[in-house]
Amino acid sequence: MAEKLLEVKNLKQYFNAGKPSEVKAIDDISFDIYRGETFGLVGESGCGKSTTGRTIIRLYDATDGEVLYDGVSVHGNKSKADVKSLNQKMQMIFQDPYASLNPRMKVLDIIAEGLDIHGLVKNAKERKQKVIELLETVGLNKEHAERYPHEFSGGQRQRIGIARALAVNPEFIIADEPISALDVSIQAQVVNLLRDLQKEKGLTYLFIAHDLSMVKYISDRIGVMYFGKLVEMATAEELYKNPMHPYTKSLLSAIPLPDPIYERSRVRTPYNPDDHKYGPDEKVEFREVAPKHFVLCSDKEFEEMKTQLK
Amino acid sequence: MEKILQVIDLELSFHTFAGEVKAIRGVSFDLHKGETLAIVGESGSGKSVTTKSIMRLLPETSSEFKNGEILFDGKDLTSLPESGMQKIRGKDISMIFQDPMTSLNPTMPIGKQVMEPILKHQKVSKAKAKEVAIELLKMVGIPNAEVRYKMYPHQFSGGQRQRIVIAIALACNPKILIADEPTTALDVTIQAQILELMKDIQKKVDTSIIFITHDLGVVANVADRVAVMYGGRIVEVGTVDEIFYNPQHPYTWGLLSSMPSLDLEEERLYAIPGTPPDLLNPPVGDAFALRSEYALKIDLEQAPPMFQVSDTHYAATWLLHPNAPKVEPPATIIERMKTFRGSRYYEGTDGNLGGEA
Repeated sequence: MAEKLLEVKNLKQYFNAGKPSEVKAIDDISFDIYRGETFGLVGESGCGKSTTGRTIIRLYDATDGEVLYDGVSVHGNKSKADVKSLNQKMQMIFQDPYASLNPRMKVLDIIAEGLDIHGLVKNAKERKQKVIELLETVGLNKEHAERYPHEFSGGQRQRIGIARALAVNPEFIIADEPISALDVSIQAQVVNLLRDLQKEKGLTYLFIAHDLSMVKYISDRIGVMYFGKLVEMATAEELYKNPMHPYTKSLLSAIPLPDPIYERSRVRTPYNPDDHKYGPDEKVEFREVAPKHFVLCSDKEFEEMKTQLK
Repeated sequence: MEKILQVIDLELSFHTFAGEVKAIRGVSFDLHKGETLAIVGESGSGKSVTTKSIMRLLPETSSEFKNGEILFDGKDLTSLPESGMQKIRGKDISMIFQDPMTSLNPTMPIGKQVMEPILKHQKVSKAKAKEVAIELLKMVGIPNAEVRYKMYPHQFSGGQRQRIVIAIALACNPKILIADEPTTALDVTIQAQILELMKDIQKKVDTSIIFITHDLGVVANVADRVAVMYGGRIVEVGTVDEIFYNPQHPYTWGLLSSMPSLDLEEERLYAIPGTPPDLLNPPVGDAFALRSEYALKIDLEQAPPMFQVSDTHYAATWLLHPNAPKVEPPATIIERMKTFRGSRYYEGTDGNLGGEA
């Protein structure tokens, strides 16, 4: 088995904890991400997938539970130096390429910000050289360094965001819906770029998205979230071949495919959480129905699912 | 079939500080009664501008009709005075926008917003309009419409807000409904619900829909016919089956191949190289030539005319010219063509129709 890079253990993130307006954005989830793989996290808006990403990278403090990066806890009291070294290993790419770049900074300074903070370059010449290298890695050129974000298209801005994340030589990148704001033809370019970089630099990704077809394409393993809980987790192929949890089935049946004949006969199966009819003393747990295929289910459902497996 | 709207050779420019942006460069299409026409293309291809010019929603100070006409109900909408246009907007032609958060008035109860077009275009009392509005809200699936009628947009979810926008658009039984990326801001499950709702309503009230999107999955789901736009022009138009199973234009090939499929194992996604053309200085020939590996020399010199593929299928690419070299489309496209009766790659049992369809 590959080496665990990130362990999320019983992570909880409650907003307004203790008040009547308490929101359980993440409600006790656990998963591991192995070195060099891409872990996809899908679910509808408000299910907590972005919050998970943001909590992992310490943009939020966790309410409870642990996130271990390479065996070291991300949360809790840490010295500035420790936080800094974690920040260098973990980077994030945001959804909105328009909002995530400071409009008053030149691309050169945007990308070099991380280099400056971590003291990775010695002088201005080296700094510029490094930025140009990064721009070329993501398919832009050196003239772009002196420009401002508004001079770029959405796809180009997302490339700048990727270059900024790569600047500090991270091992692990959290990509929070990096392509949903882009056009179809540009989406493919950015996804290919992310894949190439992964091969080249041995990066590990947490890829958060609601576009299931793209997630299947890029991910090795996928976790499906629903209302703050992880309801199913399996390898990408297994999840699409053998979806077990009714929510996963419903999500898969809702994707429109570019195939009119298939579309005419596609039947959507809606998901209603009340259909489970869990009894008061039934234990709903994350159980392994097949090797590496986990589903949130009760004992009874677990037995049924095992018989359904192909 | 009855033509309800005709756009003929439409050209439109924006005047900007940088110069004249030729956003639409000769667009022609018909809309038939009761059909759904999908317009697909990437940002900047002119799809939204085309529909906004039908509704005359573009700022008159900076936009200018250079040529062409938009015929609706015997009138040319490009030259209609604003007062005449106001009688059509929201009544005969109405529009659903991409973002339901910004297209509703946050300071006005939703019931009042649904009543607005009814009171404006129909001579009815307020009480009657309220009744109709509640009916409409029920039709689009807002539960408890009598109570929720008084609520404000922020008290609804994204999907419900889009339902309310649809209710407003349908208030006067429009002949044409223009939907500009109505589901792009929504989740897949909510998107599926909204698409089902739109199809249901179309059956009930028999309206024609122009559906703008860049999601080809959605197109396959809703459209009867598809127009593919690129660089301010329509490059291919046909029935939904013709576009998906017998595409002819290299840009359509590119669009279809860049979608990952759920069952095929691909090593690498096909990505259309480069970026869309700059319409400040539009290219002389085929606007897609610079990004196309199938470009011929003539593509750089002269824009291709529309070549007819079948009665309903036209494509603007020199590859369809009788003298053009035969090229192999990408492998995924050939896979698609194999299923289409009449395409040259058709693999079926009912004899060999062969040749150019």
